[in-house]
Amino acid sequence: MTGARKMLILGGLALAILGMSYGLYFALFVEHQTLDGIGGALATSFIRAAERNLPESQAALDRYGEIKYVYTRQIDVHGHWIGLGMLLIVLGAVFERVGFADRIKFVLALALLIGAVTFPLGVFLQTLDHGSLPRAVAIFGSGLLIAGLSAVAFGFARRTS
Amino acid sequence: MDTAQATFLAGEAHPVKGGFAAYSARRILVVGGITLIIVGMLFGDIFAVFILHPNANGIGQALLAATRAVAAGDSTAVGRNFQMIGNALENRGTKVDAHLHMVDFGYLALLLAIVMPYVAWSERAKKRLAVLLIIGAVVLPVGVLAIHYVGLASSPLESIGWASIIADAGGLLVILSCVGFLAGLWRGWNRAAPVATGQDSGAPASPVAHDALLADRSWCCRVLLAGGTLLILAGFAHGAWYAARDLYKQEELDVNLLSRMTTSILENASPQAGLQTAELAVGDYGNLQADHAVKIAAHSHIIEFGLVAMLVAFFQPYVFLQERWKRRWVVALLMGGVMLPVFVLLELRWGLLAAAIADFGGFLVVVALAAMLTGVLRYTGRLDGAPPSSLLQGTAPQESAPKGSAR
Repeated sequence: MTGARKMLILGGLALAILGMSYGLYFALFVEHQTLDGIGGALATSFIRAAERNLPESQAALDRYGEIKYVYTRQIDVHGHWIGLGMLLIVLGAVFERVGFADRIKFVLALALLIGAVTFPLGVFLQTLDHGSLPRAVAIFGSGLLIAGLSAVAFGFARRTS
Repeated sequence: MDTAQATFLAGEAHPVKGGFAAYSARRILVVGGITLIIVGMLFGDIFAVFILHPNANGIGQALLAATRAVAAGDSTAVGRNFQMIGNALENRGTKVDAHLHMVDFGYLALLLAIVMPYVAWSERAKKRLAVLLIIGAVVLPVGVLAIHYVGLASSPLESIGWASIIADAGGLLVILSCVGFLAGLWRGWNRAAPVATGQDSGAPASPVAHDALLADRSWCCRVLLAGGTLLILAGFAHGAWYAARDLYKQEELDVNLLSRMTTSILENASPQAGLQTAELAVGDYGNLQADHAVKIAAHSHIIEFGLVAMLVAFFQPYVFLQERWKRRWVVALLMGGVMLPVFVLLELRWGLLAAAIADFGGFLVVVALAAMLTGVLRYTGRLDGAPPSSLLQGTAPQESAPKGSAR
């Protein structure tokens, strides 16, 4: 078994476990409270509007936007880490069929693993900081993944030809 | 009974039986995994056809009623309508979660079945881990599904009900099982170096080297791997395009439209004109939610179908059907995998026609998977029913079924 395959299979399973653990933590300590927060803020905004209290209505709506922004990304992190982890394991199982030299395959596997870690990490960082750095991390990770997977697809085709 | 037969019956001697013996970890994961995927997808199809659209209509109606209640200054009615929206969202959310988790756990089971030869635990330990995973994979979605119906009844916690607690326990079982498999993989690879050296020196090859699943190069396997890779790549590209073009714009518009529903009523000189603007905003908000939902659904489904195609590619040696039928089911799975996401995207333009074609695509995937599962079950039946002597002579069921056999 080559280092590239080991890296993909072990890394993929570790990433899936990380995603599941994050999901469990999220379900236990965050999700229900967050959903209550989203629903509560939206209802408050409309109730305050019915009471003709526009400033409080707008403040509640801003709170709704903020909580929902964070919630969407938390769900994305959970789903993407597990999904990408599973993809890495599948690719690891067939990686010997990629028609490149072992050295290139190792670099490809490394790029895929880094992309699979950094893309959801960038999304997670967006929940802490709304600046451009977390977005850049997510874009870097997703770019690495798309480039890596394209190269793998090319490698499969090269092998069969 | 001689020693060779005894060893065979223990599921050790024959390379095929050894890897896929009755009640072996791999068989539990393959049969359990495909079943989970089929049940999860069927549930998703039923949900999409019978619940999703009425649920969305209910949410829209309640939001419209809440907006009218704002105009009338009736805060009690506003609260009542938001209670209805909350219930409808919980109903939808828990069903989507149950569908997703069941299908994803099916994928995970198949993945672990693929890497099973690398896991350096005894067959008994692997079987326990496999059973743990399947139990968790059933308990979590069932628990999630029950959340909407059980609520907080008799719960010891403030915001988490018993159904959630049971679902979380299911998730914990899956995590524990995965950690066990990861430790087994690590242990196996730490032992792998001497085996490899042994192969070079003419010693018996590692069972991994002869694993039928990893060695298969059949037409079905190649088409599923290539098709699956392309579907995943298309899903990645669509996701990147969506994130760059729509995600932030839609999030901003979401808050803006909600704001317009309230401010237009309070700030407009004419109450009637204000209410009309607010009702238009409710309509736009519904369209925005629909646009967001179809794009996310298309993105996730195309990647999931790519993954399932790649996963079932490995199990084609276990699908005991005629070659031409195996190929037909492969084509059906890939066609369905393309049809569902493409026509989900077209739902906003073509309406119910696109929705029906998308649902048919999902159904095609389910039927293809059910056919493959039938093939796997026929394979296991032949394997378990064959006399030990025939298997020891290497006449165990192979990839192709005899003429006239089931499709």
